[in-house]
Amino acid sequence: MHHAVSPRKRTEAIQGYLFISPWLFGFFALTLIPTLVSLYLSFTDYDLLSAPVWTGLDNFKKMFTDDPRYWKSVWATFYYAVAAVPLRLFMALLVALALNTKRHGMAFYRALTYAPSIIGDSVAVAVMWRQLFGGDGLINGLLALVGLPSKTAWLGDPRFAIWTLILLAAWQFGSSMLIFLAGLKQIPEELYESASIDGASGPRRFFSITLPMLTPVILFNLVMQTINGLIVFTPALIITSGKPLDTTNFYALYLYRRAFESFQMGYGSGMAWVLLAAASALTLVIFKTSSRWVFYASDRGGEG
Amino acid sequence: MKRAGRRIFGTLGYHTGLCLLCLVMIYPILWLAGSSFKPAGEIWTRVYSLIPRVPTFDNYVNGWKGFGGVSFAVYYRNTIFYATVGTLAAIVSSSIVAFGFARIDFPLKNVWFACMIATLMLPAQVSIIPQYIMFNKIGWINSYFPLIVPRLFGQAFFIFMIMQFIRGIPRELDEAADIDGCGRGGTFFRIILPLLKPAMFTAAIFSFYWTWSDFLAPLIYLNNPKIYTISLALRSFSDPGGLTDWGAIFAMSFLSLVPVLALFVAFQRYLVQGIASTGIKG
Repeated sequence: MHHAVSPRKRTEAIQGYLFISPWLFGFFALTLIPTLVSLYLSFTDYDLLSAPVWTGLDNFKKMFTDDPRYWKSVWATFYYAVAAVPLRLFMALLVALALNTKRHGMAFYRALTYAPSIIGDSVAVAVMWRQLFGGDGLINGLLALVGLPSKTAWLGDPRFAIWTLILLAAWQFGSSMLIFLAGLKQIPEELYESASIDGASGPRRFFSITLPMLTPVILFNLVMQTINGLIVFTPALIITSGKPLDTTNFYALYLYRRAFESFQMGYGSGMAWVLLAAASALTLVIFKTSSRWVFYASDRGGEG
Repeated sequence: MKRAGRRIFGTLGYHTGLCLLCLVMIYPILWLAGSSFKPAGEIWTRVYSLIPRVPTFDNYVNGWKGFGGVSFAVYYRNTIFYATVGTLAAIVSSSIVAFGFARIDFPLKNVWFACMIATLMLPAQVSIIPQYIMFNKIGWINSYFPLIVPRLFGQAFFIFMIMQFIRGIPRELDEAADIDGCGRGGTFFRIILPLLKPAMFTAAIFSFYWTWSDFLAPLIYLNNPKIYTISLALRSFSDPGGLTDWGAIFAMSFLSLVPVLALFVAFQRYLVQGIASTGIKG
């Protein structure tokens, strides 16, 4: 018993695979196989020069029990993501709400608040940020101008250094803002009209209409940005180079140093797989719990 | 009357608040631009000012010389090459793949599509070490191959973005082309591709931005200053160990942002649409 496959279906299948073949090849050669190879390498010692030596769970044992810098990097990354992502999304939502009007100048404000997002990941901006918070930098200069204490070593003080990086992330709220703005425009006007008739106040309308309608978008951004927060690299390398006292030695930076500065490819691969596990677990948790706090407009099919 | 007064007051407050926010947002960029025209003595003494007392081009002249005998002209040439060729590779391949996913039915399509979406969330760190080992084995270190070749296989974000756009094109167009005997390839190249121009253009701008400021991949694969990108050059230039001519560093940093900011001013509309249509940013 075999299914009769019509010639038309067969050509469709061949054509489909032809069109996606570039991606399919790349997926196997550059993503799937390397990911599996890195799993294998995580059980070895490998310095690129001699063949990998199987060491079992040694890398993980060392990571979890015998490498204080590892845990410092986990903590720094966690701290960064938990502070930077909500701050950025909160700013994005606030400004999106303010810009969701038909007032004059809206396009102008939108452009200026979005501009930092398009340059924010560059080395040039990181170099600039380092000077903003330097000892004689702009921030201290402005503080001195208004007569406040202006001698703080923002980048050298373990209490403040990570916050300069969190501020840099918050400064780039623009792309999330644009996404929220697009989401806000899709909320049907009638909902607000009927709420007005019922006499709902502004905050009430926000919490019972705007926020629930926007939750799917917020959720998706929360997941994507948190994962991006876990792999933040450039600012930590350029602005603080992981210092002071490893308080900004983020996971991706520490991984880079182990793998590409000390050439401990096995240890680096192990770190990468722990990162993958953390990112997957996080995605799963956020999506699994989402039914409790995400409102999907079920009667508006194909939305979300 | 009272109500009108309140509205004017509200409008005034609205614009004041937003203007202040915008000022805070772009102040650092203006400061960078201003400082790049300040003479060495002025940069740190009147650090808060945006406008130099005695504007000078010296910083640009000194910065452009670069370091170690390699001038910024070389870094610009390298970066322009990387950003244009990399973008072209990514956009053409992503469009082809997007058409396959959006318009053709084939077995396991949903599985592959799910895999592609999953790669959007996969941290690059997981595959970067084996990729490095592989490119090292075939002798591609210190060349642009490891940076550009992977883009020939399409990039998930752009595939997704272009797919969203193709879904908005009426299927009747494909069917009409089919009846006219166009075949799949003909339909794609003659019907869909011309209509895709706005989406490809939007994707190209994003790709150009990201490639222009790409840092991790060049850092790993390029060790020879002659083939450095601007990002790598700026990093070496501002290394705390070296002699630090901050005026020159500010000048070269600002100069490296100018093409990006110019593109932004010119094509803002496309970027806003692009972000709105995918709901994500890479």
